[in-house]
Amino acid sequence: MTANGLLQITLYFIALLLFAKPLGVYMAAVYENRPVFLSRILAPLAAGLYRLSGVNPEQEMGWKSYAAALLWFNLFGGLAVFALQILQAYLPLNPQRMANVTVDSAFNTAVSFATNTNWQGYSGETTMSYLTQMLGLSVQNFVSAATGMAVLVAMIRGFQRAHADGIGNFWADLTRGTLYILLPLSFLFALVLVGQGVVQTFKPYQTVPLVEQGRVGNAVLPTIAEPSVVGHEKHVPNLPSTQTLAVGSAASQIAIKQLGTNGGGFFNANSAHPFENPTPLSNFLEMLLLILIPAALCHTFGTMVGDPRQGWAILSAMTLVLVSLLFVTVGFEQDGNPVLTTLGVEQSVSVDQSGGNMEGKETRFGIVNSTIWATATTAASNGSVNSMHDSYTPLGGLIPMWLIQLGEVIFGGVGSGLYGMLIFVLIAVFVAGLMIGRTPEYLGKKIEAFEIKMAAIVILIPAFFILGGTALAVMVEAGKTAVANPGAHGFSEILYAFSSAAGNNGSAFAGLSANSPFYNIALGITMLFGRYGIIIPVLAIAGSLAAKKTVPTTVGTLPTHTPLFVMLLIGTVVLVGALTFVPALALGPVVEHLIMSAATK
Amino acid sequence: MTNHIKPAILMLLFFTVLTGIAYPLAVTLCAQTLFPSQANGSLLGSNEQPRGSELIGQAFTRPEYFWGRPSATSPAPYNGGASSGSNQGPINPALIDSVQARIKALRDADPSHSEAVPVDLVTASASGLDPHISPAAASYQISRVAIARQMSTDSVRELIDRYTETRQWGVLGEPRVNVLKLNLALDKRFN
Repeated sequence: MTANGLLQITLYFIALLLFAKPLGVYMAAVYENRPVFLSRILAPLAAGLYRLSGVNPEQEMGWKSYAAALLWFNLFGGLAVFALQILQAYLPLNPQRMANVTVDSAFNTAVSFATNTNWQGYSGETTMSYLTQMLGLSVQNFVSAATGMAVLVAMIRGFQRAHADGIGNFWADLTRGTLYILLPLSFLFALVLVGQGVVQTFKPYQTVPLVEQGRVGNAVLPTIAEPSVVGHEKHVPNLPSTQTLAVGSAASQIAIKQLGTNGGGFFNANSAHPFENPTPLSNFLEMLLLILIPAALCHTFGTMVGDPRQGWAILSAMTLVLVSLLFVTVGFEQDGNPVLTTLGVEQSVSVDQSGGNMEGKETRFGIVNSTIWATATTAASNGSVNSMHDSYTPLGGLIPMWLIQLGEVIFGGVGSGLYGMLIFVLIAVFVAGLMIGRTPEYLGKKIEAFEIKMAAIVILIPAFFILGGTALAVMVEAGKTAVANPGAHGFSEILYAFSSAAGNNGSAFAGLSANSPFYNIALGITMLFGRYGIIIPVLAIAGSLAAKKTVPTTVGTLPTHTPLFVMLLIGTVVLVGALTFVPALALGPVVEHLIMSAATK
Repeated sequence: MTNHIKPAILMLLFFTVLTGIAYPLAVTLCAQTLFPSQANGSLLGSNEQPRGSELIGQAFTRPEYFWGRPSATSPAPYNGGASSGSNQGPINPALIDSVQARIKALRDADPSHSEAVPVDLVTASASGLDPHISPAAASYQISRVAIARQMSTDSVRELIDRYTETRQWGVLGEPRVNVLKLNLALDKRFN
């Protein structure tokens, strides 16, 4: 690691912690319906919306009612995305004349965007019309993020309240999150990104003449390397004399895909595409947006429960895990691919090159910015990428996969990360309670059998779908033929896909040809359970906690803001994640690492 | 529970208008006013005769041009309409074969050169459209370009230096050379 690499990592975390606090406090005010500086413009807009929809934002909902409102809203949202895709050829704003999407792919994408996963079985610039991107995908980027935040706020109210029936109003939480938080920040950052070179236009794709006409050699370019033999004649592919530049309204979508932990790229290469992420500065901002709201929500939590230290404790646990795992990935990627070294490739870092494992990475980002992104995007359930995780070294790529498998609680998705982490907090105080023989408590609430049962469901559902789905896929032909890389790496591709779907992450070991009926349906179902199989038990816990009385703190109460508790929490997350997934990881990345080491001895 | 159906549909309609229509239109309007060049793809050359985009690399294979990162887009490299990486794992035999072929192509084009090849020159970029190479990868190609263009190595190096972008604000990202701009500058010198 170079001094500059360390400096870039330090700057990133300083910026994150610096901006998280004020944003978190602001969001607490928004969700507690206190006036904020945007209220003058947005309050009338929100009021008009409530009136038009026939909603009373003051009306409290019990947890079942809250869950029902959420599920109906998400169902219609998903249906809208589905309908837009299968009808896009007949609809306007389709200058590239994209065909209708197949039913299984449309199902997968509809679920993917409604669940805040943004797994992309399709390739953006060759599949989706501008209309589908705007009215379908962009809209879900906002409201699926606002949905996650609403569930978190409902859960926080469970801790705040005593003897209460309600946990808030879903429509009010949804509206506030979208109007006051996501929209203004997205608008601001979209414009900054355009300033850096991100495209934002409704014009059709551009065509430009290539500078070099009539190529001579082509051995350096593998996709057209060898003339293929068709029949008895050698068939040399036609070399293009022009270049098509895919453009579109990318900036507006990229701002929200980063901010809302969505991650669905406008283009196939996501934020590795120079039109999505043109400069180191745009990269820094996009990485910041990636975990800004999840980090800020820790402060929102601390503020709302009236004890900022509780928020700091959770944020510290998240940051410590992310930073340590980041350094592991940076190390392996910077060391590079030992097989290439034997071929005569220079991979060491110098002032003139970042070196390291550069397959699937962009020159302007090098190793450090690619690995910060890879770990941040998998810690948060964002899933956007600026490098191709499939081409990482075995252990460098193990870390992003494991970060997803930890349950998307190290920052995690907007809202979903923190409510997931709070589940682990409940498990941690439960474990501590078992050790000292007291009924566990958290923030004045007794944690009893019902809460622990629900917490267990939350932890078991993703594990079941990740391991079960992978097992199924490696047993059926349709699952196996989709892998791009032979051997252990192919297994990693499948394991990563199900982890990504269950964790609502959306990134991929993208060599896997997942746009097939088998994967579209299997991963679609996994995403549904990975989202709503968590949200429903979490809301049940919220309802149960809100109904309980608040018990006073005594000398016997386990303090949950101390370094000791932070360690206990990290231990709980890491232990559960390791025990569940190490055997599977051993079959994929670990085996591949051993083969790679043996090959170069 | 069914009492939520009507608000769910109406809310979705409202947010579709707001975040799906008003928001991207407002961003487009502001972007086209404030940053018209960037918003339309940072094209080089004039509007009537664009020479490519500053941000999107092009394929170069002749010895008198600097070569960029290998590109894994299909059907042809640097297909700006279908970005993609290779997604090959580190011990995939296809990756090893490709890297070997790329090293051979570089050596064949400049047989005098036998040093280790900078890694970014023989590995496919993530987007397949990477406009940059590292300064090390540019330096590696100086002798080939100089011979093909009958220039002195010093004047080629001077040109590289001029098109080397340093870290943004001295800190962010990595130093890099824009291959398309560098090659356009080379051509301009000869016309």
